[in-house]
Amino acid sequence: MANFFLDNRDIRFLFDHVNMAELARIQELDAENGQADYAPTDEADTVDNYRRVLEIVGQVAGDVIAPNAEQVDEEGNTLNDNGTVTYHPLVQQNLDTMGQADLMGFTLPRKYGGLNCPNLVYTMATEIVSRADASFMNMFGLQGIAETVNAFANDEIKDEVLPRFASGEVTGAMVLTEPDAGSDLQAVRLRAEQNGDGNWVLNGVKRFITNGCGEILLTLARSEPDIADGRGLSLFISERDETIRVRHLEEKHGIHGSPTCELVYDNTPARLVGERQRGLITYVLALMNGARVGIAAQSLGIAEAAYRLGRTYAHTRQQFGVPIEKMPAVAEMVTNMQVDIEAARALAYHTSWICDHENNNLRVLEGGRRELGDEEKKQRKQLSRGYKRLNSMLTPMSKYYCSEMCIEVANAAVQVLGGSGYIKDYAAQRYLRDSRITTIYEGTSQLQVVAAIRGVTSGTFEQFAGELEQKSYDDPALAELKEKLVAAKQIILETIQFVKTQSSAYVDLHARRLVDSAIAVIVGHLLLDQATACDRKKVVARRFITSRLPEIKKNCEIVRSGDAMPIDEYELLAGPVPSLD
Amino acid sequence: MSARKRGLTDLRKPDNLRSFNLLHSNVPEPTPVPYDSIVCVKQVPDTANVTAEAMKDDGTVNRAQLPAIFNPEDLHALETALAVRDVHGGTVTALSMGPPKAAEVLRECLFRGADRAILLTDRRAAASDTLATSYILSQAIRTIGRYDLVFCGRQAIDGDTAQVGPQIAEKLDIPQITYLERVVDLTGDVIQVRRNIGQGWEIVEARLPVLLTVIDTANRPRPCAARRVMRCKRARVVAELAAEVRAEMPDATDEQRQAEVDRRGQLLQERSLLIEQWDLDRIGADLDRCGIAGSPTKVHRVQAIVLTKEGFTEVAPTEDGIRQLIHELVVDRTWG
Repeated sequence: MANFFLDNRDIRFLFDHVNMAELARIQELDAENGQADYAPTDEADTVDNYRRVLEIVGQVAGDVIAPNAEQVDEEGNTLNDNGTVTYHPLVQQNLDTMGQADLMGFTLPRKYGGLNCPNLVYTMATEIVSRADASFMNMFGLQGIAETVNAFANDEIKDEVLPRFASGEVTGAMVLTEPDAGSDLQAVRLRAEQNGDGNWVLNGVKRFITNGCGEILLTLARSEPDIADGRGLSLFISERDETIRVRHLEEKHGIHGSPTCELVYDNTPARLVGERQRGLITYVLALMNGARVGIAAQSLGIAEAAYRLGRTYAHTRQQFGVPIEKMPAVAEMVTNMQVDIEAARALAYHTSWICDHENNNLRVLEGGRRELGDEEKKQRKQLSRGYKRLNSMLTPMSKYYCSEMCIEVANAAVQVLGGSGYIKDYAAQRYLRDSRITTIYEGTSQLQVVAAIRGVTSGTFEQFAGELEQKSYDDPALAELKEKLVAAKQIILETIQFVKTQSSAYVDLHARRLVDSAIAVIVGHLLLDQATACDRKKVVARRFITSRLPEIKKNCEIVRSGDAMPIDEYELLAGPVPSLD
Repeated sequence: MSARKRGLTDLRKPDNLRSFNLLHSNVPEPTPVPYDSIVCVKQVPDTANVTAEAMKDDGTVNRAQLPAIFNPEDLHALETALAVRDVHGGTVTALSMGPPKAAEVLRECLFRGADRAILLTDRRAAASDTLATSYILSQAIRTIGRYDLVFCGRQAIDGDTAQVGPQIAEKLDIPQITYLERVVDLTGDVIQVRRNIGQGWEIVEARLPVLLTVIDTANRPRPCAARRVMRCKRARVVAELAAEVRAEMPDATDEQRQAEVDRRGQLLQERSLLIEQWDLDRIGADLDRCGIAGSPTKVHRVQAIVLTKEGFTEVAPTEDGIRQLIHELVVDRTWG
């Protein structure tokens, strides 16, 4: 009878530490309150609802999903001859249970049967589910599809589709990737054509589609054959039928419970979502932003599971007459795992918090439920620009930082378990296999860095760090740590000035080091803020900041070295292209 | 054609009346007949997490030291009832006897899908043994009136008697099937049930109304549903409202407090969130058969057993080693 929310000290701490009441207020402002008999009455009631929902998520994760995970990993899903997929019975059981618990319309408005929870609570829930089974997160975490429909589709589509998502009757897929269009989605070729009566049909092939066997497919397709780039793409919604065949289920390294499909569209009827030509440049970018925070949460969940196993093992495993955690090298691995998770969680949750502010502000601004005065409109527009700018830096940072952390922590867990970590008797190997995808899908780490570096070099980082520095600390130890972060920021800013004199290739080459350094400063501030509410967090903040400061210095020194050998001397350093025969 | 029989025997329910009419106008078999279920649930101390303070000096359970939980097998009884409703329609009424705090398990029944909840609470029912408890519950069930199925957990983890379910059936003079593992079929007024008999199972059949006791392998209880939790978390029995009002209005007169309790009760009632609170008078109980007076069971002696560690036994991780271990566990009755 485990509850993955109630047994997680840090998530519960953060739930209390963030200003959840403020979040509840903006989430419920102008929401369709009172139309459902389960609508909250005030802020405290709303926050209580969030907590209760997370308790349900924690219980389902601990009692149902986690016990199923090993068998799901072993056996996977099944591709049928007729081009359909049958979920593993335990995956189906997980889905059914989530539907029964009303958890499949997590962020949808109540008028569609959703829970109207903010993004932050959804991020917490996603982490909790991922700790139980990372692969099941790919079903639970696909609620961004419903959100995209809610944000951009017309009322007819919304009324038809969203209640079915919320009840758990259907699952969806975001169908973007093609054999020749992975990171570069502008190259999508799948054709969307209007037949005589004006209805759209889709033809072509999609690949690496998570849950491509789902009932509702959001497909990115080329509706303008004459426009070769992203502006020729539109987003379509279709219902699964015999015109869509799953041709192949990928055999993957991890997340075996998540069916990764190759899809063939053969005159598939589809409806346009939103406006033509905005498919990639507006809708998919919005969808991807949400999905990236989702992967950050998934990464946290996998890391949390791996840490718990490693921590317990280090405590119970005896060698040389003592628990192995008494050995300094093991102690460092175990403490790093925990501190790294808390650091990444601070960033991901703060990002979700900003997302909530951005989304709710936009909803009030554009929702049209209330006539806004000129002053409020102006103020909200200004806020909107600020949130958008900040988010376009923090979201890729979170995805990048959490997923890289996840692999490191899962890897460390295997190392702590030693030989036991390498065999199937323990889940450590599964966590490591599951972790490996997180830096790849929804945009690789390298692409996240490309997205984040813009914010780092364009002043967003400087401004945001400046805001974080406004907080003053009574505790002299914390105040001193803050001053160190302020000094570190100065070094980073000087380094940014240097790279601005260099070529764009040079910036690309060193972007990761700058992004790493900026993240360390931001996370350092977030942990200091947490430390004001919890004595243990003071130690966590001190450990994090003192171990990162030298890395920031090192990174900046490398960036300022002017060295570009991986580009300049590529052929020599990489050596001749070997034959793989 | 038991469906027809059922339709003929009970025409009070509109659905049955409809099926009766449909059958007599030569229309094909109508949709399934709904069934009304009552589930008896109990709040129990969490005996799986017992600490040293769990027992008082006089040998009775120190309830204050143990967290109170939903009796585990009662959750399976509730799930069986809800599953019947999912397929056939009808209603599920949760019934519990206990102190006002036991309203917690009734709220949980509402969170998981029960339509109605009734708390039987009365100081005069305190210290009831299984005989008195089953009498009181049977009177409550009679008071509810209309029912097809009564579900109980096989046994509660505090008393471990497994007697209350069967005794309720006897007092209601209806058939009972214990150790339900699965409802095999439910058609008309006949139910077929697979029951666990220790070394295997048997399928038995009974006519409704029937009482069934359910074991924990029967199903996987559904989770609390988030929307139901948001809606029903404010559900209260009057006794809870009274306690809340006492705490919030320490200086008010009894009349003022009562007026406030009535006001809050009315508000809840309007939103169908007032959990019904019944006492022994409401169910027409014979007070001589309730509480201590109605309980012939007396605790004769309580033995406090202190478990001590007697050292380790190494078992070789081989087929033979495991076989030997299992054999020893069976011999000393730890297992099997």
